[in-house]
Amino acid sequence: MAKATLKKSTTKKASSKKAKVTETHETPLAVTDRQPFTPAKSRGTPLIEMKDISIAFGGIKAVDHASLDLYPGEVVGLLGHNGAGKSTLIKVLSGAYKRDAGQIFVEGKEVTIGNPRDAKAQGIETIYQTLALADNVDAAANLYLGRELKTSFGTLDDVAMEAECRKVMHRLNPNFRRFKEPVSKLSGGQRQSVAIARAIHFNARILIMDEPTAALGPQETAQVGELIKQLKAEGIGIFLISHDLHDVFDLADRLCVMKNGKVVGTASTKDVNHDEVLGMIIAGKCPKGAIPGPGAMREAA
Amino acid sequence: MSNTNPSSQSPALQAEGPIKRFFRATEIDERLLGMIAALLLIWAAFDIASGIMRGNFGGLLGGSFLTPRNLWTLLVQTSSIAIMSTGMVLLIVMRQLDLSIGSMLSLVAVAGAVLQVFELVPIFGVGHPMIWPIAVLFMLLVGMAVGALNGWLTAYLKIPAFIVTLGGLLAYSGLAFYLAKGETVAPMDKTYEIFGGGIPISWLGPFWSWTIALVVCAALIFAIVNGRRQRQRFNFPMRPVWAEVFLAVLGSAVVLGVTNVMNSYPWPFKLIENYAKANSVAIPAGVENKDGSAICTAGDQVVRCTEGLVYYTGYSVPVLIALFVGLAMTFLATRTQFGRYVYATGGNPEAAELAGVNTKWLTVKVFALMGLLVGISSIVSSARLNAATNALGGLNELYVIAATVIGGTSLAGGVGTIYGAMLGALLMQSIISGMSLLNLPAAFQNIVVGVVLVLAVWLDQLYSRRVK
Repeated sequence: MAKATLKKSTTKKASSKKAKVTETHETPLAVTDRQPFTPAKSRGTPLIEMKDISIAFGGIKAVDHASLDLYPGEVVGLLGHNGAGKSTLIKVLSGAYKRDAGQIFVEGKEVTIGNPRDAKAQGIETIYQTLALADNVDAAANLYLGRELKTSFGTLDDVAMEAECRKVMHRLNPNFRRFKEPVSKLSGGQRQSVAIARAIHFNARILIMDEPTAALGPQETAQVGELIKQLKAEGIGIFLISHDLHDVFDLADRLCVMKNGKVVGTASTKDVNHDEVLGMIIAGKCPKGAIPGPGAMREAA
Repeated sequence: MSNTNPSSQSPALQAEGPIKRFFRATEIDERLLGMIAALLLIWAAFDIASGIMRGNFGGLLGGSFLTPRNLWTLLVQTSSIAIMSTGMVLLIVMRQLDLSIGSMLSLVAVAGAVLQVFELVPIFGVGHPMIWPIAVLFMLLVGMAVGALNGWLTAYLKIPAFIVTLGGLLAYSGLAFYLAKGETVAPMDKTYEIFGGGIPISWLGPFWSWTIALVVCAALIFAIVNGRRQRQRFNFPMRPVWAEVFLAVLGSAVVLGVTNVMNSYPWPFKLIENYAKANSVAIPAGVENKDGSAICTAGDQVVRCTEGLVYYTGYSVPVLIALFVGLAMTFLATRTQFGRYVYATGGNPEAAELAGVNTKWLTVKVFALMGLLVGISSIVSSARLNAATNALGGLNELYVIAATVIGGTSLAGGVGTIYGAMLGALLMQSIISGMSLLNLPAAFQNIVVGVVLVLAVWLDQLYSRRVK
């Protein structure tokens, strides 16, 4: 399903596409089997549009009328200090939490997302900060957790799953060889690549990455950065939650800052600088280059 | 992202010794081996001790423990606990626990017996062929329903399983007492008694025992060959051929050896006599004594008239049920999506939920499965006793949990095997029956089982710490 819709939007510019592809898509190995993608000039329908999302835990409004959108091939950085509501907002989208109010549109159509299965059916995949791996089973079992391949007898087709796992892991992490061991025995980077493999293997259209580099060393962080660029080139929309301003400025096209559950403002990374974004995060002050949200501090004069 | 762990590289593989290489090649679980070693050690110790204390009764090491008779009885006695321990593995793997299974066993047994004795017999008449299927179905359903209730309370009302099943322990045993009015409900239907393994028709005899053993050996070899072919098809690394052959030979040897032991236990003389009389089989000729009953002679010795007439028991029905349950549960745990979800949920409940597993419904299903297995065990137990009482399952929950834990299931969740738990049950039953063979006071049995439980967990932790 995901593939078909992506192709539709790309084939319109089939002639001009090829030239551009060779420029942007330098890496010889594609991470997924998808066609390379060129972002459309006119933005058209957003891939994801969240409108007036609210969710409260007890009396605390963790997310308060937040709106956010994401276009194909775009990376949107989501910023805010701890408890600002960014992880909660994203968990509403990934189906981990049920929202109290608001609407979610996928390519213009309203969808109901009540649990993680619904989200996955819409092509929304998430790499959680905790990685959300079942530590006691092997990489292939984690890769296919929730959508196991089965034989014609209805039993698990472990051999086929291992074969697919070997393929996808080879693209992400060519040195990976420990397919028979539980993921608890793997290194942090290896575990991360299993989590990433799981998110991108099933034709994701929308990828949510919650602090993807928090547990990684500099070299591995750079690899994640490369991966994000590749996925972006393949037309996947990415929400990137991060504490690291440098990461966001490097990788994101737009950024959105949240504070106390409300959106302070949204801006293209070109239109704002580090200090202005820090001002948004800490004080909720919305600079000129950004579109203010309901959480922006109202200036008296 | 990059592979930075040097231990997974090939130089490390070459550096390991021949023993380690052997285990890696055959993929034999070292824990399993440790448990089998412990089991054999216990058996040998009991045989030698019983030889010293009570004299030689034909045991392998000069005692009475390693005799076909004792081993046969041991397997029959282990069946009930072994059946339930397979369900407990999945529960504990999922970070749950069921303390109510002992009471549940009593409740199901009493309910089934009351149905048979007070309801079905008056309707159909004694010995009617419809009695046992109705009773069995009813007991399985009651077990499953009670288990599902435990699961529902735990998963959907979010009451900790410990509390739910502690309440169940009291409530179900009270309900069993109420249903039985504190009495022993008996006797059971004759056909139903087959499930207990206490009567001759519940013994398979050598022919069928050997047939089953050969079928199992063939299946084992087929599985090994098929597994190899599968891995070949995808070009995966394979076990060396010698390791495959070794596993096939070892597995077949174990199956055939156990079958041989089962087939060397003769029926008790009295039963042979009864059977011979009932089926007018000629008892070897002999001398009449004063009472007019036959006394046979063999050479100079006066022997039982049935000396020349021997029937061997072979596998008994409860043991076959336990083995089949073990096989089915292993299949469920390792080859199906259900089993995969149970293990993944035990490893990381949140991750399973986020991956789209309906963990609440899964919890209900695992508890219901536990209940179903309790139903099977209660059929075996009550059929064996030929009666049901409200004390039938007393302390069974603790024996089952102990067997599961001795068998290597971690209370932290996520880790455990079906065969381990069944071996654990066998180990525990060996200790219990070995001690009664030595005429040690019953009080010692629980003391030793308790000590073994704690010791087993301690050894297991030492082992895992060393491996890490």
